[in-house]
Amino acid sequence: MKKLFLIGIKDLKLMFRDRAALTFMLLAPFLLTIGMGFVTGRFSGGSTGISDIPVVIVNLDNNQLGNALVDLFNSEDLAELMEPTASSDPEAARQLIDSDQASAAVIIPEGFTRSIIPAEGTMFDPNAVTPEAVKIEVYANPSRPTGAGIVKAIVDEFVSRVEEGRMRGMTSIVGLMQSGLLNPQNAEAEARALFENVDQIESTVITLKTDTQGAEAVEFDLLAYFAPGMALMFLMYTVSYGGRSILAERAQGTLPRLMISPTQSVQILGGKVLGIFFMGVAQVGILILASAMFFQVKWGDAPGILALILAAVFGATGWGMLITAFAHTPAQVANTGTVVMLIFSILGGSFINLENFPPFIQTISKITPNAWGLDGFTTLALGGTLKNLTEPITALLVMGTVLFGVAVVIFNRNGLVQK
Amino acid sequence: MISILEVRGLKKNYGDFAAVKGITFDIKEGEIFSLLGPNGAGKTTTISMLSTLYAPTSGDATIGGHSITKDPMAVKQVIGVVPQEIALYEDLTARENLLFWGQMYGLSGKSLNSRVDEVLEQIGLVDKAKNRVKTYSGGMKRRVNIGVGLLHKPRLLFMDEPTVGIDPQSRRAILDTVKDLNKQGMTVLYTTHYMEEAQELSDRVGIIDHGELIALGTQKELTLQVGETDTLILHIGEHDDPEALANSLDGVPDVLEAIATDGEVSVVAREAEEVLAAVVTKANDRGIKIRSIDIREPNLEAVFLHLTGRALRD
Ligand SMILES: Nc1ncnc2c1ncn2[C@@H]1O[C@H](COP(=O)(O)OP(=O)(O)OP(=O)(O)O)[C@@H](O)[C@H]1O
Ligand SMILES: [Mg+2]
Repeated sequence: MKKLFLIGIKDLKLMFRDRAALTFMLLAPFLLTIGMGFVTGRFSGGSTGISDIPVVIVNLDNNQLGNALVDLFNSEDLAELMEPTASSDPEAARQLIDSDQASAAVIIPEGFTRSIIPAEGTMFDPNAVTPEAVKIEVYANPSRPTGAGIVKAIVDEFVSRVEEGRMRGMTSIVGLMQSGLLNPQNAEAEARALFENVDQIESTVITLKTDTQGAEAVEFDLLAYFAPGMALMFLMYTVSYGGRSILAERAQGTLPRLMISPTQSVQILGGKVLGIFFMGVAQVGILILASAMFFQVKWGDAPGILALILAAVFGATGWGMLITAFAHTPAQVANTGTVVMLIFSILGGSFINLENFPPFIQTISKITPNAWGLDGFTTLALGGTLKNLTEPITALLVMGTVLFGVAVVIFNRNGLVQK
Repeated sequence: MISILEVRGLKKNYGDFAAVKGITFDIKEGEIFSLLGPNGAGKTTTISMLSTLYAPTSGDATIGGHSITKDPMAVKQVIGVVPQEIALYEDLTARENLLFWGQMYGLSGKSLNSRVDEVLEQIGLVDKAKNRVKTYSGGMKRRVNIGVGLLHKPRLLFMDEPTVGIDPQSRRAILDTVKDLNKQGMTVLYTTHYMEEAQELSDRVGIIDHGELIALGTQKELTLQVGETDTLILHIGEHDDPEALANSLDGVPDVLEAIATDGEVSVVAREAEEVLAAVVTKANDRGIKIRSIDIREPNLEAVFLHLTGRALRD
C-alpha cells in the first residue's frame, strides 16, 4: 500500500514539473474562463465584477433581529454589492424571482426574533411555551446562481452570528452590538435569554428553497456556469495525460524497471491510477480556489464541493484508464484524449446549456463525467449541499467503477508490459 | 564454489521468432561473467527473463536458489538490474530518482538517505545530485542508471551493455566501478558487444549469437579453441574487393584462414611474421591497396570470428 501511494505522489510531482502540461491543466481553463467572462460582460461592472445584485426582502418579523437583517442589506458596506427592495408580500416576492427580476428573495417570517429571544417576562415562567423555530427563507433564482449565492452567503453569515451569539451568550452579544446588529440597551436582558435558550431551539434557522421552474430563464450568470465547465473539460485532459504517463513509462523503461523491483503489479497499476486521481484533484481544486479568489465565483457548500471533486475526478479517471487500456502508444492516448475531451465537454454542457437540446442528447450526455459534474456544481452554486448531490455523486462513482473494471480486464489480457 | 545463478535450457520466442534458443550456464558467487555477443544476439532477452520481466517460453533458472518462474518475488530481492536503455525519471533529480527507486526496493527513512548518499558518492555525482536528470550528459545518465541498480546492495548485479554510446572517460569510470563492486563481493553478469570490455572484466565469458551460447569458459579456455594463432587485420582501399583478396590468400602456406568482412580481411596464422610478406605480395599482385595492418594476439574477437565467420562488431 505504501508503494502505491509513493508512486502516486511521484506522478503528482512530475506533473507539477511539466510546464507544457500545467499550461493545459491550469492556465488554459483559467484563461478560457476569463475570456468567457469578458464575452458575457461579467467584468464590466465594479472591481469584483459583481454589483447591484437585486434582492427582494420581505420582513414579516418586524422585530429586532429581522430589522437588523434588513439594515444589514441596506448598510453602507453592502451598498455597492446589493440593490435591495422591500416587499410585504412573500408571494409577490417569489413571483419577482420566478419572472427573473431579481436574484433572490429573503423572507423573514413572522416571529423570527421571538423564536430566538423569548418575550420579556416569559423567560422565567415555567409554563411559557417555547416558540417553535422559524426559519428565514432564501428563495433563489437558479438562473442567477452567483447573485443568489451571495445573498444566501450574507444571510448565512447573519444567522450564524445570531446562532453564535446564542451559543456563546454574553461574549458574542458584545460582538453583535459592535457590529450594530443589536441594540445596546437590550443587550443584557437578551444575552441572558439567548444563553438560557441554547439547547431548546433547533439549530437550523434557515432553509433554502430552490425552484426548478426558474431554470427555464434565459439569463444565466455564465461565469458561474463556465468556470466549472472549463475545469471539467480540462479535467478530461488531465486524466488522459495521466493515462499517457502509463504508456510513456512503458516506453521510457521505468515501467519495466518497476516490474522487476519487488513491487506487485497491482501496486504499480494502482499507484499510477492514484497518480491520475491526485493530478485531477489538484487541478480542479486549484481552479476552484483560483476562480473563487479572482472572480468571486461562489461555488457553494464546501463539503459538497469536496465530495463532488473527488467523485468527478474518480469518474473521469475511469475514462482516462479506459482510453489508456485500448491504446498502444502515448501519442494514441493523447489524440484520443483530446477528441474525448472536446466531445465530452460539448456533450456535457461545458459550452452550451443542454437544457434546450433534444432529450436523446441529454441522455447520451449522461456517459460524461462533465454532465454529472456540472449538474452537481450548479446545484451547489444554487445553495444545495452534500445532501442534494446523491444522484450525481452516485452516478460518477458507478461510472468510475465500471470503467475501471473494463480497463483492468483489458490490462490483464494484454499485460502491463509485453510478455 | 557455489553457483548463484543456474540457467537451464532457457528459451524465448517472440511469436514465431526464437530470440533465445535454450541456453544453459552457471554463474559462481563472486565472479564477473560476461555475455559477449553482437546486436540482436539475445543478450537483453536473456537478462529480461532472468530478471523476471518476461516469462521464458520454456526452461528455467534459479537465482540464489529461487526459481525465476516459481518464485519471482524472492528472485527480485536478490538481483539488481541495470537495463540497457536508461530508465529514469528525467524531470526528477538524480537524488530524487535514487530515493524513489530505493523506496521501491523497500528502503526508507535514515537508511534510505544514507544509502543514497553512498551511491551518489560511488557514481561520482554528489555535486550534481540536485540537478534534474534531463540536464545530464549521456555518461552521467548512465551512471545514475547504474546507481539505481546498486541501491539495495544486490548479491547479483545484471548490467546490460552499460557503456553503450558514451565518452571514453565515462566508460573508464564505469568499468572501474564494476571492478570495485566485484571486489566488494558482488557477483556481476555483464553483457556487451565490446570484446575489450569482456576481456578486461570477466572471469568467465559466454559467447552468444543468434540466441545460442556458442562458447563458454575462461578467456584462456576460449582462446585455446582457436589455437595459438595470430590474426592480421588488413584494412584495404575503399574500392578494393576484400572477398577477392581473401580467396587469393586461402592457398598461401601458413595461412590457416582468410575471411573477408566489410572493408577488411582477417588472416589467421600461427605466426604473423611468417605470412606478412606473402600477404603483401598477394595484395600487390591484385592491385589491392593495403592501408594498414593490425596484428592481434589470440583474443575473443578471433574466437568469435572462428566460430561464426563474422566479425563481432557490425
Ligand atoms: N519484443 C520483441 N518482439 C519481437 N522481437 C524481439 C523483441 N525483443 C527483441 N526481439 C528480437 O529478438 C532478438 C534478440 O534481441 P535482444 O534485444 O535480446 O538482443 P541483444 O543481444 O540484447 O541485442 P543488442 O546488442 O542490440 O542490445 C533480436 O533479433 C530482436 O530483434
Ligand atoms: Mg540488448
